[in-house]
Amino acid sequence: MRAHPFRLNLALLLGLLLAIGLSLVAGKVWLPWDAWSASDPRWLIIVELRLPRTMLALLVGAALGLAGAAMQGYLRNPLADPGLFGISSGAALGAVLSLFFGYAASAFLLPLFALTGAAVSMTLLALLAGRSGSLILFALAGMMLSSVTGSMTALAISLAPTPFAASEIVTWLMGALTDRSWQDVRIALPIIGLGVVSLALTARSLDALTLGEQAARSMGVDPRRLQLLIVLGVGLCVGAAVISAGIIGFVGLMVPHIVRPLAGGRPSALLLPSALGGALLLLLADSLVRAAPTVSELRLGIAMSMLGGPFFLALLIHMRRSLA
Amino acid sequence: MTGLRTRGLSVRLGGATVLDDVSLDFGHGRVTAVLGPNGAGKSSLLSCLAGLRRPDEGQVMLDGVPLTVLAPRARARSIGLLPQSGEVHWDVDVATLVALGRFPHRGRWGETEEDRAAVTRAMAATDVTRFAHRPVTRLSGGERSRVLLARVLAGEPEWLLADEPLASLDPAHQLDVLDRLRGVAAAGAGVIVVLHDLNQAARVADEVLLLRAGRVVAMGPPDDVLTEALLAETYGVAVDIGRTADGCRFVIPVRRIG
Repeated sequence: MRAHPFRLNLALLLGLLLAIGLSLVAGKVWLPWDAWSASDPRWLIIVELRLPRTMLALLVGAALGLAGAAMQGYLRNPLADPGLFGISSGAALGAVLSLFFGYAASAFLLPLFALTGAAVSMTLLALLAGRSGSLILFALAGMMLSSVTGSMTALAISLAPTPFAASEIVTWLMGALTDRSWQDVRIALPIIGLGVVSLALTARSLDALTLGEQAARSMGVDPRRLQLLIVLGVGLCVGAAVISAGIIGFVGLMVPHIVRPLAGGRPSALLLPSALGGALLLLLADSLVRAAPTVSELRLGIAMSMLGGPFFLALLIHMRRSLA
Repeated sequence: MTGLRTRGLSVRLGGATVLDDVSLDFGHGRVTAVLGPNGAGKSSLLSCLAGLRRPDEGQVMLDGVPLTVLAPRARARSIGLLPQSGEVHWDVDVATLVALGRFPHRGRWGETEEDRAAVTRAMAATDVTRFAHRPVTRLSGGERSRVLLARVLAGEPEWLLADEPLASLDPAHQLDVLDRLRGVAAAGAGVIVVLHDLNQAARVADEVLLLRAGRVVAMGPPDDVLTEALLAETYGVAVDIGRTADGCRFVIPVRRIG
């Protein structure tokens, strides 16, 4: 299949515009076109609830898709996903600790804790395995981090000072975009913006890494600068995603996979379509969980895992076949 | 002061001395074959020359400037490395892969006319233009090695370093790659190539460098260096030496000595 990155991006952009429209209209209350005027009381639902939620889904999806594409390029491994390597769970542990200590009342402490958690996870991951360049070591270190931060999160739940704190933590962990406001957008936007800039700067070095680390270095890639940018970019993107929506897995794994055959394999050509595709996927999923006829809203994080689990399995089976 | 030279180069790896006080001068327009038994320090020498490994002592100098003070991209514009591994991690097409070789030259705003011209020249020189749009995964071993060579040539380096480029190639493709290396030297670049096969070295090289246990045994034209005495000292083998019909030296190891 010939790659057409421009057409792919254009198609994704158009899809995204449609999905934004859908996301503003869809929900427990459907908002037909006649609600779209400032004099209609339903206008408030659009501006104060649907619009920030849509913005947040877009930002979080793009951040996760981009972080996944960058990590896959950096590790030269199509199975890499920020969620599988303990970065999301590191950010979640930070957020959970702030809920545990009751700091979440302040708008900036939960984000700060979550970002610190993500940064610590990424740094540990880089220190444990980054320098060797060994994928097996990196994956094992990631799994170890994932399970350690996961068990510490469980510990925080079991030791929660009040049942209210415990339930707050559990609800938050399940991942959702329910009841988000412009305040959440204002926090997520600059963090994700910085993360995107940092990852965009890695694009050409990731291409060079296609030829392996030795060849990339011989072409002038600075491995320490690259690692720093990746750690920073993925940490900021995933940290902001966790702050905004809790843990939402598999976006960073699935989206780069789906767009890779269409974008043509080069890691840099994958970054933009992965961001657009991630935003599209999350917007659609979030519109779906809102509109689904369930008593209480289906959690977005759970919906994505239900979608992503089988996808990952199918991917493994496919890879096993091509390796056999 | 032009040329690539090493002065007092020493590299230690985990207590063992891999290179020991190596001082060499390489010239433009020549092919230098680096030979020696396993563990002689050939790959470490190449890493140092490519600026990938910082020597524990001594220096590598490019036109009189120590490599360690050059910015990585400036160094990469002069020195191209063809690693042994031949890794290609993503399924890109041939033209895209070759264009990666322009990395050290490319500015922030994408490909220039010069970049495209260099890629076209490199693909023509290695005879891979025919399958420019084929995915790398659908190439034979010989085609793939030519494409990887084209990637390095696209950077138009003054110095081409190749680490065992003949490994896993059949004889026809080996001759093919050797011819291209000669062509690169004929065009004015300095070629330094690590080889295992003494006969291929005799065919391709203007100069042969013999390494043993991190030290230089000899460096000079094949006829002066590929001798019974020096090969016995380097490899610990007795050899029979003859000449092909076109006057090129060949060497056959016959037994171990010592």
